[in-house]
Amino acid sequence: MALPNKPLGELPAVVDPEIEEREVDILFIGGGMANCGAAIEVKKWAPNAKILLVDKAAMERSGAVAQGLSAINTYLGENKIEDYVRMVRNDLMGIVREDLIYDVGRHVDDSVHLFEEWGLPVWKQAGDEDKPLAEGGKPVRSGKWQIMINGESYKPIVAEAAKAALGMDNIMERVFIVKILLDANKPNTIAGAVGFSTRENKVYVIKCKTMLVACGGAVNVFRPRSTGEGMGRAWYPVWNAGSTHTMAMQVGAELTMMENRFVPARFKDGYGPVGAWFLLFKCKAVNALGEDYMVRNKDMLKQYEPYGSAPVTPTCLRNHLMLHEIKSGRGPIYMNTVDGMAKLFEGKDKKEKRHLEAEAWEDFLDMTVGQAGLWAGMSIAPEETNSELMPTEPYLLGSHSGCSGIWVSGPEDIGPSEWSWGYNRMTTVNGLFTAGDGVGASGHKFSSGSHAEGRIAAKSMAKYIRDNADFAPSLKSSAKELADEIYAPVKLFHEFKDLSTALDINPNYIKPKGLLMRLVKITDEYGGGCSTNYITSGKLLDRAMELLEMLREDSQKMAAGDLHELMRAWENYHRIWTVEAHLRHIMFREESRYPGFYYRSDFDLIDDENWKCFVNSKYDPETGKWDVFKKEYKQIIPA
Amino acid sequence: MPSFVINEKCDGCKGGDKTACMYVCPNDLMVLNVETMKAYNQEPDACWECYSCVKICPSQGVEVRAYSDFVPMGGSIIPLRGTEDIMWTIKFRNGTLKRFKFPIRTTAEGSIDAKNDVAGDGLDNENLYSEKGKTLPTP
Repeated sequence: MALPNKPLGELPAVVDPEIEEREVDILFIGGGMANCGAAIEVKKWAPNAKILLVDKAAMERSGAVAQGLSAINTYLGENKIEDYVRMVRNDLMGIVREDLIYDVGRHVDDSVHLFEEWGLPVWKQAGDEDKPLAEGGKPVRSGKWQIMINGESYKPIVAEAAKAALGMDNIMERVFIVKILLDANKPNTIAGAVGFSTRENKVYVIKCKTMLVACGGAVNVFRPRSTGEGMGRAWYPVWNAGSTHTMAMQVGAELTMMENRFVPARFKDGYGPVGAWFLLFKCKAVNALGEDYMVRNKDMLKQYEPYGSAPVTPTCLRNHLMLHEIKSGRGPIYMNTVDGMAKLFEGKDKKEKRHLEAEAWEDFLDMTVGQAGLWAGMSIAPEETNSELMPTEPYLLGSHSGCSGIWVSGPEDIGPSEWSWGYNRMTTVNGLFTAGDGVGASGHKFSSGSHAEGRIAAKSMAKYIRDNADFAPSLKSSAKELADEIYAPVKLFHEFKDLSTALDINPNYIKPKGLLMRLVKITDEYGGGCSTNYITSGKLLDRAMELLEMLREDSQKMAAGDLHELMRAWENYHRIWTVEAHLRHIMFREESRYPGFYYRSDFDLIDDENWKCFVNSKYDPETGKWDVFKKEYKQIIPA
Repeated sequence: MPSFVINEKCDGCKGGDKTACMYVCPNDLMVLNVETMKAYNQEPDACWECYSCVKICPSQGVEVRAYSDFVPMGGSIIPLRGTEDIMWTIKFRNGTLKRFKFPIRTTAEGSIDAKNDVAGDGLDNENLYSEKGKTLPTP
């Protein structure tokens, strides 16, 4: 929507863009934490390789950490790696790739030590203020795994290191890669990728021997609770469009646990973080009667053993108990900041109180300024007024407290041999690697774990190009054919735009915004979104697939008049595919593995006997057919 | 809106090599109208309110008007980001003012050494470059 009196479309799209062809050894798609990790690692192992990193935005502020963070959620320190695996396994209801999680656990602290060395301020316990973590300095922990930071500039710092390592000549910003390309001769092997600039009418066709696709999870795939301006206030970065999952599945990469989703319970509307409020400030979430619903509803957890009685209740089950309160009419749900702060203030002098107040605000200002804006607009001081909590719309991601993603090869020295088919973090497609949100069945990496995982992948990729030095990638389609496909929405726009007097309303095309609203309406109403309290069923999913089929046909009629709109069109293509994979997986898994994230009303409980397994799927790019199947779960770390 | 550009303060960064807000916006929202030489947010309902444009604007010409669909009017959050710390000024709807200052970085901007001359242990083990000589645990 345009501001009044302002023209839209500052960068109009033309029908025939310029084409630039490039060839490199290693291609990094995305500029977030994972690829910043890959960038600092790769040159140490492949000093002579030709490398290119492509980011849809500017690395300084791209990805999930763009805004900053107030904590690093994965720092093992004094903890055991085995306990980290146990925590992740239980939170994700028993089905995870323990080899991958263990691997993150043994490397992640090294990345955090680098962040501190580069200049990230890390909170320390009294007496250790000047002692780096790497030398045994004790961090301030908000939880067993989390450490507090002054993280406003977390991303600029991590990006600066990545840029210094690669050199700006080897980085392209504002280029959106939209398709991965298979090799013309060697089956099931990567040969390149194609994308376009959002700053000039130019398509890039890039050949490569190997690539790391790590461009985040999927946001705005379900209708959000706020559908006006607040649609932008997504809990996860609003620019994550499922590109990672989609580009990989389209070339036949096997997916895993795509039925998983994350529905964070957050401060209502502003979606500010709750972790520090629970863990650091020791606040309780209560119903409208002031009751701790985790206590009141504790018997409800017995339906979900052994997960329900674990020392830390899984995130989805905590949602489950909160939803029970809301459905029973005992909302609104509040974070009781008033009692929490009062307790913290006990015996403290004015200066100490002021310090605590600053810490409370910093939690929002470092990572969700919009929540601070909501407090300002409502004149809320947390020590005086409680704030509402609410479960958000669903998100798909693999690095936070979710585990949907791509099935990857693990390290050789941890898991069973069938989980390690060659190169660590390589997908089932030769040369295609992923990390961060892209890796499935391995959640709770967060920012630091994603960075470490990008580094792991980069080293593997160096090994891959050493072993495949003779491989010369060749593409199946010509550069012109690829450019025509990418610019199809522009061509359609120019063909029909003069028919009506309003550019956005035209019977021959649909604008990306309209298509997005149609997609999120389908997922919300049939796929277990907010409007049904996350309930779906086989029948509802059948109907969703029928509607999705027509949506997919109509997506070929998306029209884009400017480069920004062309970006939105391609983001929508990516969202549609990610949604389809998500719904197909939920349909296949005939149980409700994640109560509180979604429910199948026709299979409303956890069924460990039949479903304690991975659900994987594969789209065949040759035949266009989907195959969804079970894959055996193996426990590596004993209970 | 949510981020908006103050007419009087914006000069389109005409003295710089790039329009700062347009350069930095992670969601490609901030654009320059070359005729008026003013920047604006072209898709306010896709704004994350990440404040990247607000923090980077050399003339403090970008602010945020909170989401119209759930935030009552009258509050504001204004950052002033330096090289070592950031100062936040928070104004409540009821007029209350709060100010907080937090460190953002302990090193000078541009000082990070990429250490590309540091070699690791060898390509066929699992050690990352900075884990040279370390024995990695296994379960």
